[in-house]
Amino acid sequence: MKTLTRSLTKDKVLLALAAPLLAVAAAFVISSLVFLASGENPLRAYWIMVDYGHYSDSQVWIINKAVPYYLSALAVAIGFRMNLFNIGVDGQYRLAAFAAAAVGGAIALPGALQIILLIVIAMLVGAVWAGIAGVLKTSRGVSEVITTIMLNAIAASVIGYFLQDGRLAIKDGNLLHTKFLPESSHFFSFPTDPKPVYGFVVIAALAGFVYWFVLNRTRFGFDLRAVGTSEPAAEASGVSVKRMVVISMLLSGAAAGLVGMPTLLNESFNYGTDFPAGIGFTGIAIALLGRNHPVGMACGALLWAFLDRTGSRLEFEGYAQEIVGVIQGVIVLCVVIAYEIVRRYGLRAQQRKVGEELAAQARTNPGENDKAEATA
Amino acid sequence: MAKDNHPRGECAINAAPTISRPAKPGPAAVELRGITKRFPGVVANHDIDLTVRRGTVHALCGENGAGKSTLMKILYGMQKPDEGTITLDGEQAALGTPADAIARGIGMVHQHFMLADNLTVLENVVLGAEKLHGIAGKARAKIMEISDAYGLSIRPDVLVEDLGVADRQRVEILKVLYRGARTLILDEPTAVLVPQEVDALFDNLRELKSEGLTVIFISHKLGEVLSVADDITVIRRGTTVASVEPSKTTPKQLAELMVGSELPSPETRESTVTDTPMLGVADLRLSATDSDGVVRTVLDGITFTIHKGEVLGVAGVEGNGQAELVEAIIGTRTLDAGTVTLDGQDLSGASTRKRREDGIGYVPEDRHRHGLLLEAPLWENRILGHVTERPNSKGRLLDLAGARKDTERIVAEYDVRTPGIEVTAASLSGGNQQKLIVGREMSHHPKLLIAAHPTRGVDVGAQAQIWEQIRAARREGLAVLLISADLDELIGLSDTLRVMYRGRLVADADPATITPEELGSAMTGAASGHLTAEDADTREGGDRE
Repeated sequence: MKTLTRSLTKDKVLLALAAPLLAVAAAFVISSLVFLASGENPLRAYWIMVDYGHYSDSQVWIINKAVPYYLSALAVAIGFRMNLFNIGVDGQYRLAAFAAAAVGGAIALPGALQIILLIVIAMLVGAVWAGIAGVLKTSRGVSEVITTIMLNAIAASVIGYFLQDGRLAIKDGNLLHTKFLPESSHFFSFPTDPKPVYGFVVIAALAGFVYWFVLNRTRFGFDLRAVGTSEPAAEASGVSVKRMVVISMLLSGAAAGLVGMPTLLNESFNYGTDFPAGIGFTGIAIALLGRNHPVGMACGALLWAFLDRTGSRLEFEGYAQEIVGVIQGVIVLCVVIAYEIVRRYGLRAQQRKVGEELAAQARTNPGENDKAEATA
Repeated sequence: MAKDNHPRGECAINAAPTISRPAKPGPAAVELRGITKRFPGVVANHDIDLTVRRGTVHALCGENGAGKSTLMKILYGMQKPDEGTITLDGEQAALGTPADAIARGIGMVHQHFMLADNLTVLENVVLGAEKLHGIAGKARAKIMEISDAYGLSIRPDVLVEDLGVADRQRVEILKVLYRGARTLILDEPTAVLVPQEVDALFDNLRELKSEGLTVIFISHKLGEVLSVADDITVIRRGTTVASVEPSKTTPKQLAELMVGSELPSPETRESTVTDTPMLGVADLRLSATDSDGVVRTVLDGITFTIHKGEVLGVAGVEGNGQAELVEAIIGTRTLDAGTVTLDGQDLSGASTRKRREDGIGYVPEDRHRHGLLLEAPLWENRILGHVTERPNSKGRLLDLAGARKDTERIVAEYDVRTPGIEVTAASLSGGNQQKLIVGREMSHHPKLLIAAHPTRGVDVGAQAQIWEQIRAARREGLAVLLISADLDELIGLSDTLRVMYRGRLVADADPATITPEELGSAMTGAASGHLTAEDADTREGGDRE
């Protein structure tokens, strides 16, 4: 019995590694074919990417870019664990960042207080925006996919309305943006060379830890996962599924509220027409890549940022710009397929193993043979 | 089918399960030999033997969950058997997909119709079979030809959404015939029909038969089976237990075959019933919206009390409100009226979690859907439903070590056969899954145990153990609400019996004197009030709906 438990654990580790390796290998092959089909040398392209990626300025850039990606993936993953598809992270983080920027530009509290206030505002706005979808789902049965997409569009329009000269924005050349945050609300950063790494990376790591802890170590997390695994079983076990839907949408939205913060507090210090958009969708891909696992998503976010960074370099070297987008898509597809294959294989392998083990047990205890045979 | 070495006890049945019948000219339309199908954790079918003669209506009857539908899915190519052979018209066949089955002249009319509401009858029939006769004039002619030949009275240009249930069913039958089926499988075709429609359907079936077609008719309604079938095969607990001729059998004998008189028997005799009420249910009313959007009353005027140490058994044909009653007590349905009290405390408005914390143990009817997280390890399944209680959590945090340790204990004490607690629930057999659930529920010392079909799909060994657990619970002074389709189980375990019919408790009986047949007739609404032995005898044959 002990040996089987150990061999099951060993198998589990092997399977866990098999999926990403399989996916990377498949993605590598397919991407190479894409390069070849476009008449380019794939090996040279990979070399350019690796070479460019290893410079320290690239690495700083990659880490800074990965921080919002990671937060966005966390927000999406909270929904995924509940079988909810929050496509609206994009609208949620933009509206949240805009609200925080508007408030931050208007007031000046002492240092840390102001930063905390802005982060809280962003999380609240994100939560409310996502919560609308949760409430509509539970009270009216509207799919959260539909409502969050629509709320993205509404968020963009709301921002567009207020981000005008004379309303909440000031004109700066071709750009419109909110007033600059006071010096006191700038988040700290790590003084690296040549550019600093955003201090918000600490918050992201913390968020990842909280995500893991709440899901795996608390009663609430167990309930949430139970709903995600089997809604009827969770309901019979005493979880109010409706309440859980609303709560997890609120949490997902709150996490989404953080997505814009590294940019706002570490980089731009205002919300303008050039504020990065679309990170919410990238988060979906990264959550899929990382299988909703806090470490997996961190790897996914870094990989995505690496491809963003080195892909732009390929353009200088005469490759088509779109090729990186193709590679990113291929990777996501390969990962999703590989994980599903490995999951099914693992389940079947375990069932077989359990059956064999029980049959072996039954052979050694012939007295209980008849019962075991009936169950085998 | 009653082979000499058959493991089950149908020797108790005196009425002629015929072993072999005189050979008919020509090969059988369908012949299944030794069919076995396993799903993870459960054996759905084993050692199925079935011979269907050409030009007959062959009924396959058995209780819900006996494995009829799986068997038919195998014959229709939707599932591949793990063992056994399928022979069609004397030729061995491998059916990988429904397309293979259709090509071999087998068609299936599903219990839930598969029609597009917004298309006409004609469009529905040709959909997916456009290559046969096109989509216009030729197709229409063919449809009318089939309709006239078998008296189906099809109107090809009516929208399906304007049709009633019986008409839709005829369209489904026509669809199958249009694709050239010579053997039709009808899965519980009468479940959705009113009596007059049933008669019309049976006329259609006789018409088909007289034209040389073969019909396999799945049902658990004895009266219907006897009136329309030429041959009957009874399936119980996943295997064929007897083949009988309708003319030589009675509903009583058929019921016995379906329900079986299993060994070991679930007898409990020495009474442990006390005077202390534990569960009180008063004037329960519940309505629900069915799939057609019609609001129907599913429970009405339900009143009963279960005392400490008492097992109350609820008998009834499935779908008469038993599942809703359980959901009302466990709190996953909102009542329209009535109260539920446990140990003197009113729980009518309480949440499911509160009810479970307060001492309701629940062994659900469908353990895969309601009782387990199949892809989660055993120890997480041990937490399910009791996450707020020790040893699963301390305060708001989970106690993983405590839960794991207690899972080891349950596995040992309740004889759950598993190599360890890290394996997923899905890799255990049905019986062992159920033992885990029973162990989990009993570990929290419930005041009331709700056991819905506790031994369904469970092997004989585990069945005896589960019965023993229920008896032990009763001895310890628990109140038990037992819902089962296995009448022997109900009679053997219960102290009090109630019969549920169309959402009401229509009859009660003393398990010491009642027989399965008497109970059976009350389940079809033929008898009510307090059942005694004489009562049921005068209502012989009353189980035809």
